[in-house]
Amino acid sequence: MPRVGLFIPCYVDQLYPQVAMATLELLERYGCEVDFPAAQTCCGQPMANTGCVTEAKPLAEKFLAIFKDYDYVVCPSGSCTAMVTHHYEELLHGQPGFEELRKKTFELCEFLVDVLKVGKVEGRFPYKVGLHNSCHGLRELRLGSSSEMMVERFNKAGQLLSGLEGIELVPLKRPDECCGFGGTFAVAEEAVSCMMGLDRIHDHEQAGADVMTAGDMSCLMHMYGLITRQKKPLQVMHVAEILAGRQPAKEIATTQPAAVVSR
Amino acid sequence: MSDTLTVHHEHPENASEFVANDSRAHWHDQSLWFVRSKRDKAASTLPEWEELRARASAIKQHAMSRLGDYLEEFERNAQKRGVTVHWARTPAEHNQIILDILEKHSAKKVVKSKSMLTEECHLNPFLERNGVEVVDTDLGEWIVQLLHQPPSHIVMPAIHIKREEIGELFHKHIGTDAGATDPPYLVNAARGELRRKFLNADVGITGVNFAIAETGGFVVCTNEGNADLGVSLPKVHIACMGIEKIIPRAADLGVFLRLLARSATGQPITTYSSHFHGPVEGGEMHIILVDNGRSDILGSPDFRRSLNCIRCGACMNTCPVYRRSGGHSYETTVPGPIGSILAPSRDAKTHKSLPFACSLCGSCSDVCPVKIDLHTQLLTWRKEIFIRGLLPWKKRIGMKFGRILFANTWMFTTAGRIGRWLVPKLPRFMVYNSLNPWGKQRELPPMPKQSFRQLYQQRKPK
Ligand code: SF4
Repeated sequence: MPRVGLFIPCYVDQLYPQVAMATLELLERYGCEVDFPAAQTCCGQPMANTGCVTEAKPLAEKFLAIFKDYDYVVCPSGSCTAMVTHHYEELLHGQPGFEELRKKTFELCEFLVDVLKVGKVEGRFPYKVGLHNSCHGLRELRLGSSSEMMVERFNKAGQLLSGLEGIELVPLKRPDECCGFGGTFAVAEEAVSCMMGLDRIHDHEQAGADVMTAGDMSCLMHMYGLITRQKKPLQVMHVAEILAGRQPAKEIATTQPAAVVSR
Repeated sequence: MSDTLTVHHEHPENASEFVANDSRAHWHDQSLWFVRSKRDKAASTLPEWEELRARASAIKQHAMSRLGDYLEEFERNAQKRGVTVHWARTPAEHNQIILDILEKHSAKKVVKSKSMLTEECHLNPFLERNGVEVVDTDLGEWIVQLLHQPPSHIVMPAIHIKREEIGELFHKHIGTDAGATDPPYLVNAARGELRRKFLNADVGITGVNFAIAETGGFVVCTNEGNADLGVSLPKVHIACMGIEKIIPRAADLGVFLRLLARSATGQPITTYSSHFHGPVEGGEMHIILVDNGRSDILGSPDFRRSLNCIRCGACMNTCPVYRRSGGHSYETTVPGPIGSILAPSRDAKTHKSLPFACSLCGSCSDVCPVKIDLHTQLLTWRKEIFIRGLLPWKKRIGMKFGRILFANTWMFTTAGRIGRWLVPKLPRFMVYNSLNPWGKQRELPPMPKQSFRQLYQQRKPK
């Protein structure tokens, strides 16, 4: 049984415990021995993305010390995973255990598909779902093919979700446009950030989505904020929640096939 | 005319002004997204697209690694073809060289096809101050010139202007019918007007898209044929190029021509790819090689690759921030992702907000035909800005505070607990006010009673 260190982004730990719990349950469902090391806090991404490398470094060192002894480190966030696998290099270069840590750290969907070789996820989710491809997961971790690149199309989260019974993944007009969260960007460029978020929400609405899902709770936190302020019916759920069998918080009239209704 | 906006603003300020006009901002976003979609379609027709990008990137990196050699080779070969080659370190030198040539020929009327370099050097206002009439003959560029505005995009300089506004502008300047907005009618009217300028010009100025070291020739890509026209009638042709425009061999050209127009507008190739190999009979050809900070960029391992840029504009069309804030919000000659790397290289203090005008989505890096790691370089610029002490104090303090908080697990969890307990109890005006930019248009997430770590402990009592 692989020993997995559960890496939960700081804000998910504090604000979205249900997402972390769903991740934990999923990993256990597929046979992992999961441990949440309680000393963890934040990977340092907010500091690094603001350019404050000297502030990020001690947090990266702390992270390495906490997680270096697990077989795998798994995280329900593409962005925080990318921080470790793509951006720790310049903070931790040459430190004992870092190379190994980098190689054994995975985003949740990536871990399920590539390491645990999960094929079809059991469960039922009879709703129309829009998949928002969070940028760092998509373009840094390559959890899916980006629309800019002329490569074979794939999407790890989409692949897992489509195994669920009754689910309908609705096509978006812009398959991987950024939602405008972007960390401190969300407040530093408030106007553009919110316009981007609303455009993203409209795309899901025009596609007829009941639920918007993503691999990063940060994008969803931003869009939830906009949706709630505007009192829209669209709901947000993290991919882990849907895969773990959670249902939407608010009731949705299940979509019946037209033929059945007319009869 | 005003060359650039003289009062400097930070990007968020300009952007929020642009966004405030919601319908216009959406119109702008959609126009550019349409171009991006055309690019996708065109790129997808070439099974070797990704290979071409890799090849183009490799050729450029190689050329940049021996830039000095290739420039000298180019100079020698161009001279053999009867071209006069000039070297300019600064925009001032570049402008003076042009003025000297004009004065030698007593030239008072100049037609210029699109050249971002002459924009960068603010050539137009300089020449006008010296009594020379300059006409931009690229339709979009001519429109912004008439409006006394700088271009807002490097390929489509007037992309921010609506058809109706062009109708009005032409009505005022060239007497088209009031209220006319029909594109063929307006284009025809412009063509007639520009024809007269072409016929009367003393000197033609062009940019350069690719200069070939091996042959000493160069290529200018346009859709309107205005480069050819502008240099066929006058006897003197001046071509202005940044030193990074060099490619080693004629055989390399195909790689770039296939990528350029597809990336820029979704066309398989620009309507005109004009090759120049020396002056017309009885005429003169001058090439001005301009540095203006490029050698400094070349000397920096972090940003060297930004010199690979072939100015296709694809990173602008794809950038979700550019599309929603407009080219002028950057207050630089080259806006968008690549502009946000190039501008701070010249003047980090003035342009310090640009590397932050980015959500780090990475779309630019994936779209760039020469594979510049744009979003990584933007991140590296943020670091530079921090190191040089240019980061605003609020951000600086905030990040220091964050580090202290996160370094101590107890402090972090206690702060979290207090926040989750306190926020729901506070009256709304204390949470949602002008001190909280998050809350201007967004609600905060609901505050759960317990954190995950608390739930986890209860789940596994030890
Ligand atoms: S950086 Fe790349 S995408 Fe942007 S203009 Fe230059 S070549 Fe085009």
